[in-house]
Amino acid sequence: MTNDLIHTTAAELAAKIHSGEVSSVEVTQAHLDRIAETDGKVRAFLHVDAEGALAQARKVDDAVLAGKAVSPLAGVPLALKDVMTTEGVPTTVGSKILEGWLPPYDATVTRKLKEAGVVILGKTNMDEFAMGSSTENSAYGPTHNPWDLERIPGGSGGGSSAALAALQAPLAIGTDTGGSIRQPGAVTGTVGVKPTYGGVSRYGLVAFSSSLDQAGPCARTVLDAALLHEVIAGYDHMDSTSINAPVPPVVAAAREGLTGDLSGLRVGVVTQFAGEGYQQGVLRSFQAAVSQLKELGAEVADVSCPSFDYALPAYYLIAPSECSSNLARFDAMRYGLRVGDDGTRSTEEVMSLTREAGFGPEVKRRIMIGTYALSSGYYDAYYGSAQKVRTLITQDFAKAFENFDVLISPTTPTTAFKIGERTNDPMAMYQADLCTIPANLAGTPAMSVPSGLSDEDGLPVGLQIMAPALQDHRMYRVAAAYEAARGAFGGPSL
Amino acid sequence: MTSLVELMDYDEVIEKYDPVLGLEVHVELHTNTKMFCGCANVFGGEPNTNTCPTCLGLPGSLPVVNGKAVESAIRIGLALNCEIAEWCRFARKNYFYPDMPKNFQTSQYDEPIAFNGWLDVTLDDGEVIRVEIERAHMEEDTGKSLHVGGATGRIHGAEHSLLDYNRAGVPLIEIVTKMIPGTKERAPEVARAYVTALRDLLKALDVSDVRMDQGSLRCDANVSLSPKTTGALGTRTETKNVNSLRSVERAVRFEMTRQAAVLSSGGEVIQETRHFDESSGSTSSGRKKETAEDYRYFPEPDLVPIAPSREWVEELRGTLPELPWERRARIQKDWNLTDEVLRDLVNAGALDLIEATVVAGAKPDEARSWWVSYLAQQANTRGVELSGLPITPAQVARVIELVNTGALTNKLAREAVNGVLEGEGSPDEVVEKRGLKVVSDDSALEKAVDEALAAQPDVAQKIRDGKIQAAGAIVGAVMKATKGQADAARVREIVVARCS
Repeated sequence: MTNDLIHTTAAELAAKIHSGEVSSVEVTQAHLDRIAETDGKVRAFLHVDAEGALAQARKVDDAVLAGKAVSPLAGVPLALKDVMTTEGVPTTVGSKILEGWLPPYDATVTRKLKEAGVVILGKTNMDEFAMGSSTENSAYGPTHNPWDLERIPGGSGGGSSAALAALQAPLAIGTDTGGSIRQPGAVTGTVGVKPTYGGVSRYGLVAFSSSLDQAGPCARTVLDAALLHEVIAGYDHMDSTSINAPVPPVVAAAREGLTGDLSGLRVGVVTQFAGEGYQQGVLRSFQAAVSQLKELGAEVADVSCPSFDYALPAYYLIAPSECSSNLARFDAMRYGLRVGDDGTRSTEEVMSLTREAGFGPEVKRRIMIGTYALSSGYYDAYYGSAQKVRTLITQDFAKAFENFDVLISPTTPTTAFKIGERTNDPMAMYQADLCTIPANLAGTPAMSVPSGLSDEDGLPVGLQIMAPALQDHRMYRVAAAYEAARGAFGGPSL
Repeated sequence: MTSLVELMDYDEVIEKYDPVLGLEVHVELHTNTKMFCGCANVFGGEPNTNTCPTCLGLPGSLPVVNGKAVESAIRIGLALNCEIAEWCRFARKNYFYPDMPKNFQTSQYDEPIAFNGWLDVTLDDGEVIRVEIERAHMEEDTGKSLHVGGATGRIHGAEHSLLDYNRAGVPLIEIVTKMIPGTKERAPEVARAYVTALRDLLKALDVSDVRMDQGSLRCDANVSLSPKTTGALGTRTETKNVNSLRSVERAVRFEMTRQAAVLSSGGEVIQETRHFDESSGSTSSGRKKETAEDYRYFPEPDLVPIAPSREWVEELRGTLPELPWERRARIQKDWNLTDEVLRDLVNAGALDLIEATVVAGAKPDEARSWWVSYLAQQANTRGVELSGLPITPAQVARVIELVNTGALTNKLAREAVNGVLEGEGSPDEVVEKRGLKVVSDDSALEKAVDEALAAQPDVAQKIRDGKIQAAGAIVGAVMKATKGQADAARVREIVVARCS
């Protein structure tokens, strides 16, 4: 029974809970047991809130028993990335500098999940301040990929994706600044969606790079991701960059996609995302996916987006610039870590010692790069130029979408690499986000859906589907159709 | 302890140098809520009680622009004859300071909401100087630091510091003038007159409390000296902590004499922030910076651009009240005042009070007479501003009405006013409590007159003999007997009647 529950999709769990077939408490307990059993190896969670989860589950069960209407995912457990504030529950953002901080407020995403009756199991591991592609930058140690514990689960949201792959939760929340939802999704064989920028409120999302950060749903199926997408999306007056428009009909699109017909759909293959640095196993998996899309009736053709070649360098100026400012607030004055306050040191010294001790090397690297890029005399050459590249990338997308309904590419150039393999080579690490960054710079939606396992190493590969702004539903339709055609590809054994 | 600062005689300064002014004024708007969150915008309160995740800069929090603050900024811009931006953004000004919760201030940089304006400033002698306005932009206020221990109350040398974030996020408008050259010996006066004019304007717009003592209006004075021999622009200093109109004038004057002494002794003026000390009237160097501050401005990514439509701007133009200079022109015409009288009223801070008294029903001359003579004396005696007297224009109007209806004599009216100033209540209550009614009962007066005539038979005889002017002594005695509550003219009539 327990084993069945952890293998069941969120949609099916919800149906069973709402019909009274199983209780949310049973479902929640099954997942808590799974975490207890497997997380010593996987280390997906930084904090498990069993008490809070069971209390929420009981509330949903009471409502179901009382015959009250509940929302579509009420009672279903979820793993929340530790970048979202949770009132009274630790929120570390994977950093020592926030160790022990108990936020006095819920992020809008957290609030919406609670209001929808979703059961939050705990907070998942991540690269410190979401800076990284492997979770190795977490101050609390790396998360391990359930497919091969020697390998990385992707990042920054490796904890959320690993929890899904390890059957610790059927749903998870990630945030995606340069690929932090999609790349972990790809290397763990799970679904990860970065909605249109502004589609999901950023209020309570501890900022890395404000103009790029976007929270989104993670799941094992496209429909589950769509159901979660509709819970967390929507206009929020607390976030000025939130879009005041109806939520794209992603659930309906996913259900429509499951019918398996993509006749007439125009699919563009981005030619920039192939060649050197791409594993053959990844490219073959991608070609297989292209063939399947054609079989479903899609018209597939190549499209060139030349400015995408400059996405990575532009990203590594914009994101560090914004982070250098966003992370200035961690200064020991109001919350979090305080080092060196022994009554002899000045405020500046305490600030400095705290930041020295509290931030990891990658965070410091980016703060320094960003501080430099924004400096007077360098601003135009660095931050200014990067913003121009951003405009060009947006224009390339717009041009491509004149001829294509969606664009596709591999989500990542390679499958999961070994823990430690790239830690001494930041540039190699940054390459993991090569295909995912353009959508962040343009603010357009993109998702990763598993395209099975690489024939080289037997590890999961992701197919990236990109759509125009506010057309999130388009990619859900394609992903759901593809997912049905692809069929099952097994799972990790733990 | 403090080393003596060399100062040059003011006349000599003017002989050798031309002062150049630049004034930056920060105005706290009195909107209901703060600039970027829903916290109440109120002065004071228990430390750190008026805060939320956003104004504390907690991780994950986000700003949302206060629409009312944007509206106030545009109205200020329009009143200062500025152009209003069609599209502008907020920017982050990055620097570390503990009273700034995010370690950046959300401000505006190269895209201010209002720019290129001017304000006409009238000096004490009536001369009008046009001050060009560079820009007016929106930003948020910081919290407050309280440095405990140490000699100066400033961060250096303090034992520890306390932080209060109640003020963090209060909406601020910073109004920056262009360089003001050519003011010569009147530079200090121009500085004060500009801040005064700006304060009156902001008050008329009803956008701020404009209380310099509470920091809702703050002025930073930039001063430099240009040697007359070369005409080259000098290095400027920026003096902060100038908390009253008088201080603005003193600070500018002090800096002129200090800089002139430095320059004439062959030294260089250091570009720095200086701190004005109210008690000594001098400025002292702020913290020395080894490198120029680089604020690393960039557009605030958490906020969307502001694009006020032209229709909205015009609508706001329509909401501008009568501006101070328009009002002064109207009052001068309506009350038929000479330039000189008007200026005296303005300088005495009496114009508002007189106008309010007129609005409450008094005639302009009567209202003016009360405020510039008896009430001005009272204010002087008490050492307060005219507006600080505990009497309202409506109460003054009521006293004037009581005199006009004959219920009070002028002398009684002054007593009634004294009662109000002593906190005894409204004029009517004071009249009641102090028993200040004019004695108008003729039989009571006749009795008092008869008694006075009986007491001074020789005087009574003179009156009967036709020496009417002798009646004054009897009238005086009656007034004394009735404690001044009789109408002297009526008493005189009765005296004459009794003696004829």
